[in-house]
Amino acid sequence: MTETTGLWHLLMGNLSYDALPFYSPIATVGASIVVLGALGTAVLITWLGKWKYLWSEWLTSLDHKRIGIMYIVLALLMLSRGVIEAVMMRTQQALAIQSPGYLPPDHFGQLFSTHGTIMIFFVAMPFLTGLINFVMPQQIGARDVRFPLLNAISLWLTVAGAALVMVSLVLGKFSTGGWSGYPPYTESAYQPGVGPDYWIWVLTLSSIGSTLTGLNFAVTIYKERAPGMRFFRLPLFTWTALCTSILMIFAMPPLTVATALLALDRYLDMHFFTNALGGNMMNYANLFWLFGHPEVYILILPAFGVFSSVFSTFSAKRLYGYKSLVYATMAIAVLSFTVWLHHFFTMGQSPSINAAFGIATMLIGIPTGVKIYDWMLTLYRGRVRFSVSLLYSLMFMLLFVIGGLTGILLATPPVDFVVHNTVFLVAHFHNMLIPGMLFGMLAGYQFWFPKAFGFRLDETWGRIGAACWGLGFVLAFMPLYVTGLEGMPRRSQEIFQPQFAPYLLLAELGGLIILAGLFSLFVQLWVSIRRRDHNRVPVGDPWDGRSLEWANPAPPPEYNFFTLPQVEDRDAFTWMKERGVAYLPAQHYEDIEMPRNSATAVAIGVAALLSAFGLVWHIWWMAVVGLGAAWAAVIVRSFVRDTMRTIPASEVEQAHRGWLREIAATRAVSRDEEMSAGNVGLAESAS
Amino acid sequence: MMDQQAQYAKERRSYLVGFLLALGLSVVSFALVAAKLLPADYLLTGVFVLGFVQLLVHFRFFLHINFSKSKRDDLDLLLFSTLIIVLMAGGTLVVLFNLHHRMT
Ligand code: HEM
Ligand SMILES: [Cu+2]
Repeated sequence: MTETTGLWHLLMGNLSYDALPFYSPIATVGASIVVLGALGTAVLITWLGKWKYLWSEWLTSLDHKRIGIMYIVLALLMLSRGVIEAVMMRTQQALAIQSPGYLPPDHFGQLFSTHGTIMIFFVAMPFLTGLINFVMPQQIGARDVRFPLLNAISLWLTVAGAALVMVSLVLGKFSTGGWSGYPPYTESAYQPGVGPDYWIWVLTLSSIGSTLTGLNFAVTIYKERAPGMRFFRLPLFTWTALCTSILMIFAMPPLTVATALLALDRYLDMHFFTNALGGNMMNYANLFWLFGHPEVYILILPAFGVFSSVFSTFSAKRLYGYKSLVYATMAIAVLSFTVWLHHFFTMGQSPSINAAFGIATMLIGIPTGVKIYDWMLTLYRGRVRFSVSLLYSLMFMLLFVIGGLTGILLATPPVDFVVHNTVFLVAHFHNMLIPGMLFGMLAGYQFWFPKAFGFRLDETWGRIGAACWGLGFVLAFMPLYVTGLEGMPRRSQEIFQPQFAPYLLLAELGGLIILAGLFSLFVQLWVSIRRRDHNRVPVGDPWDGRSLEWANPAPPPEYNFFTLPQVEDRDAFTWMKERGVAYLPAQHYEDIEMPRNSATAVAIGVAALLSAFGLVWHIWWMAVVGLGAAWAAVIVRSFVRDTMRTIPASEVEQAHRGWLREIAATRAVSRDEEMSAGNVGLAESAS
Repeated sequence: MMDQQAQYAKERRSYLVGFLLALGLSVVSFALVAAKLLPADYLLTGVFVLGFVQLLVHFRFFLHINFSKSKRDDLDLLLFSTLIIVLMAGGTLVVLFNLHHRMT
């Protein structure tokens, strides 16, 4: 980056011709894809005349279901970028065996930094936040989250963060400091450009969004449960949502603080983490992993929740060992705050401290093991159907155990001294993140899609996708365990051991198969939309579901439930179906109040994006105006008195009776016909 | 009606008591430091103790946390928060002092 001066600097900060991506053809292509993609989307929407629809039905909506869906759309888009970058890295490592390959070191450094940052903050986090948003309020029998506007603000802050990473592809270069951004390397002495600044503000936007989400979800689960929904009747997915939210509340702030202090170092020449003048980068490592370790449980717990739902639904059995699963979840949540030091065993503390944290880490294996057994016993003698969701869940169970075992190995400090910073670690954490987090999210996506849109996803393409993801994962990462043990460092742009070649080629193949898996997901979506009339499930219960989110039509009305359910059992909806009270008109309907749309959240997101962009490029007026505008939006909003809309009881009653008439005319299907066109969402009652 | 008024009076009394206690504790803390009422060794401990009591006063009188059954959730969350903060802050101190010690 060149420093600019004079009037130009005042208006445009350090932006100059140099910021444009013409320094390498690959960067130019990447930037062009982003720009053309954005323009293309805008043109398409204009051509279809859908701006108004998009604005009033989606972007300004405060409906938790729509917000959830928007989160997942964001996650899938960013997943595409993350996977493409991953395959680019794999290709580099396959080619660059005693040769420079096709990516210069600086570019390779940007790739692993953006890939890691995007996958964690803009794939995993939005995906799980989206699923929880969509599902949790329905599972607890609520009409919305406790703070609908705050929910939208979280979404738009996250979108602003994601937009800023996309901008970094077009203007300037991203950090090369990895997803963990360790100083002193990310200090301005070593990376004077805008890269680490991009990284800092991207993370800040996203972490503030996540903190607010955590608060919102936790309060919702505490305060908005339907009558009779005691804590020990909450579906396990909601339990994991609760624990994840609490982890978010406590784990995100250390990250916000760490990046803020790093920003002070970079912008105001302070010395929190510099080598000299009293700085201590170990405090950064400490703060970052105070966030980082609980973060991995933020990512995995909701996936555990999805698997619990999937295993019990697709074996038509109550979840085995419900209470032990709940206690295991709680234990994991608390333990996750006691182990962060295992990420820097090698950074100088005394052996006894390492030993203590190593033991604490291994302890987490116990509650996790309990869960695995509970899930197996849930399947045992169940009426098992191998749906796409269940396939993902089974692959999870097999592969996650392997990843967990390598985790126990890594928790042993002497072993960690040998393999730390090698691709053994890369294999380990992808082994947790892909079969664990990502398969969980994909299983949930397949599972709840019919509820969200009213039609099932295509089975064939779903199976192809699942097979590709599973096989691709195994091929892409198992070889890395081997090369890692042989000492191949992570983040290597060039490899000097020809004997690694076969492993790296296998891993490349795996990467390509994963790419095919990603592609299958989109084909599946396309095919399913085209054939939606054959797969409709308007009654809303295609899988003989057990919890309350299946008790309403698909897609559900804005207010979720025609009348708030009375909960009598842990599997609340199954209980109703067994007693034949699931589809009855109510004695009495009430007016329902729902929040009106609001542009406040979008305004805050745009303002925050401007502010962050201004900070990155030192365009101070823009940073100030952006921040001011965000606050102004909050203040303006506080003058709006008419924030709720009333849906009259008569309208609710009419909708309910219409749905019930449709059900009366519908044939219930058995579990054998689940995947057939005859399944319109009414399940035959279990005998 | 009478009931509500009684309730109101009761709440106001509770706020007042809380306010006076908080005020008193602050004044004493400041006085300790300003007038050096304790020997230097005990000063820090004294201020810490007063600060801790202050914390409890705020919880009890302003945030209405107590041991009654209806406040169980709030109390649980509070204890949990305390646990996590002790783990995070305490752990940080242990780790960084250990590192510092080994550097010198
Ligand atoms: C989809 C298939 C994926 C492939 C093929 C892949 C591949 C890679 C590769 C090649 C690296 C660089 C390894 C090195 O440093 O030598 C990497 C790093 C990383 N990946 Fe992935 N990845 C995938 C998915 C994911 C997912 C789903 C996540 C998280 C949710 C993730 C998170 C990370 C992180 C955090 C890093 C470390 C970045 C750093 O070094 O700072 N990856 N991945
Ligand atoms: Cu960890």
